[in-house]
Amino acid sequence: MAKILMKGNEAVAEAAIRSGCRLYFAYPITPQSELIEYMARMMPKVNGTFLQAESEVSAINMVYGAAGCGKRVMTSSSSPGISLKMEGISYIAGAQLPAVIVNVQRGGPGLGDIQPAQGDYFQATKGGGHGDYRLIVMAPASVQEFADMASEAFDLADKYRNPVMILADGMLGQMMEPVEFKPAKTDEEIADMWRQHDSWCICPNEDGDKKHHHEINSLEIDPQVLEKHVNNIYKKYAEIEKNELHFEEYNLSDDNEILCVAWGTASRVVKSAINELTKTGKSVGLIRPINVWPYPYEAIAKAIGPKVKKVYVFELNTGQMLDDVKIAVKGKVPVDFWGKVGGIVFTPAEIKEKLEACF
Amino acid sequence: MTTELICAGFGGQGVLTIGKFLAKAGMKEGKNVSWLPSYGPEMRGGTANVSTVVSDEAIASPIVSFPDILVALNQPSIDKFAASIRAGGILIYNSDMCPHGCKREDISIIKAPMVEIAKEIGNQMVLNMLAIGIIIGKTDIIRYETMEDDLTSFMKSKNPELLELNLKAIKRGIEIGKQ
Repeated sequence: MAKILMKGNEAVAEAAIRSGCRLYFAYPITPQSELIEYMARMMPKVNGTFLQAESEVSAINMVYGAAGCGKRVMTSSSSPGISLKMEGISYIAGAQLPAVIVNVQRGGPGLGDIQPAQGDYFQATKGGGHGDYRLIVMAPASVQEFADMASEAFDLADKYRNPVMILADGMLGQMMEPVEFKPAKTDEEIADMWRQHDSWCICPNEDGDKKHHHEINSLEIDPQVLEKHVNNIYKKYAEIEKNELHFEEYNLSDDNEILCVAWGTASRVVKSAINELTKTGKSVGLIRPINVWPYPYEAIAKAIGPKVKKVYVFELNTGQMLDDVKIAVKGKVPVDFWGKVGGIVFTPAEIKEKLEACF
Repeated sequence: MTTELICAGFGGQGVLTIGKFLAKAGMKEGKNVSWLPSYGPEMRGGTANVSTVVSDEAIASPIVSFPDILVALNQPSIDKFAASIRAGGILIYNSDMCPHGCKREDISIIKAPMVEIAKEIGNQMVLNMLAIGIIIGKTDIIRYETMEDDLTSFMKSKNPELLELNLKAIKRGIEIGKQ
């Protein structure tokens, strides 16, 4: 298929539909509104359901219901809207249901602004909702990756019966880049995926065993039962931590004097700075976590070459992933941080200046 | 080779479209491209700008801080971005709406009364195609044929007259760019 020039918001929506997503519930918010607009336009064409809910709280609970029925379902929002969904996300994780949630982050806290930011890292990777649960969190850095992650997110959600979040930002949502899509799943393939959920979903499809119905619930009033339930979920998370580490290595070598760690949009700006520094003979490497939960602690530790005198973390927040990098580095070398907030994206020149000062 | 452009002007002048067509043509010619608009609570008549990168290599940051080319359709765009053009870079501006111009001497400057020329061609809306033509005439980022194929593919059946005006505007731009 030929490449198409598309906004990230539209590309992830198209890729979700191609992956068999036939239910989408959301409430509009900038800078992700093109996503909901695309779904509004395209879902009816594939006999899917698009519904603009009266609020984000309502949308996520519709997702909960649809996921319980074993269907591929998605919602999306931007930072303040994602906060509203957090209760529902905790319920979905507790009930062990697959769902995909897209967060096109903007500046916060509160209503903040509508420019790109990475301030929801803690919320996405450390909780946000209540209770012991984890989201698989994928952080794209290009429009192509944003689109590719839609189908991966649905597959992972199904595989582990756990909600998956794609953590993008306003820049990835609004920018256009060439994107190539995988072939769309056929109606038969989609029906087949649904059938595979018969063993747990609330209402088996036409071919399924209708004598059985399953209970979807996140309430376990007996502490002994809840303990077992949470421990079971954590066994699953241990598997995810083993299987789903995903990261990119950029310009890593034994000559590196600085090792950068950056994710999403921030990583692209860091790459530009590294390219500039390479021209002047200064060797800087980058590790980009692609999944930010589970987190590639070991890969970061391994990437610290013999000449590395500092690990430098760059984020569009006040240092949220920084904690994870410190856990990975274990005090072996100093860890420094620089970030921008307020929805301002740092420039390659700014990052270059910060790195140059280390030589 | 990597070319970084900023196109800026009033909202409604079609600056985002200039970047979009350049990116699309670059993509069709097998290059890596990115298109990053400014966005915000703005409306028609407000300011708009777009960063476009066309490159033979993978594009790291899509943010353009020091453009190789600036297309300025109004004076505020020159005031805001002209100082950041790389030495040896190109400024293309619409002299109908840039009364103060630009005083830099280390860049090539192409000025044209774009509003007047677009009106002459027959429709003010083709101003952005005129700008694209100037870029094609002055540089080799993209080819005229790619633009012609692209415009023809979606405009020929819907609005053949507008297609002709657009192509005419690009050709006129190329002449200006070559001077």
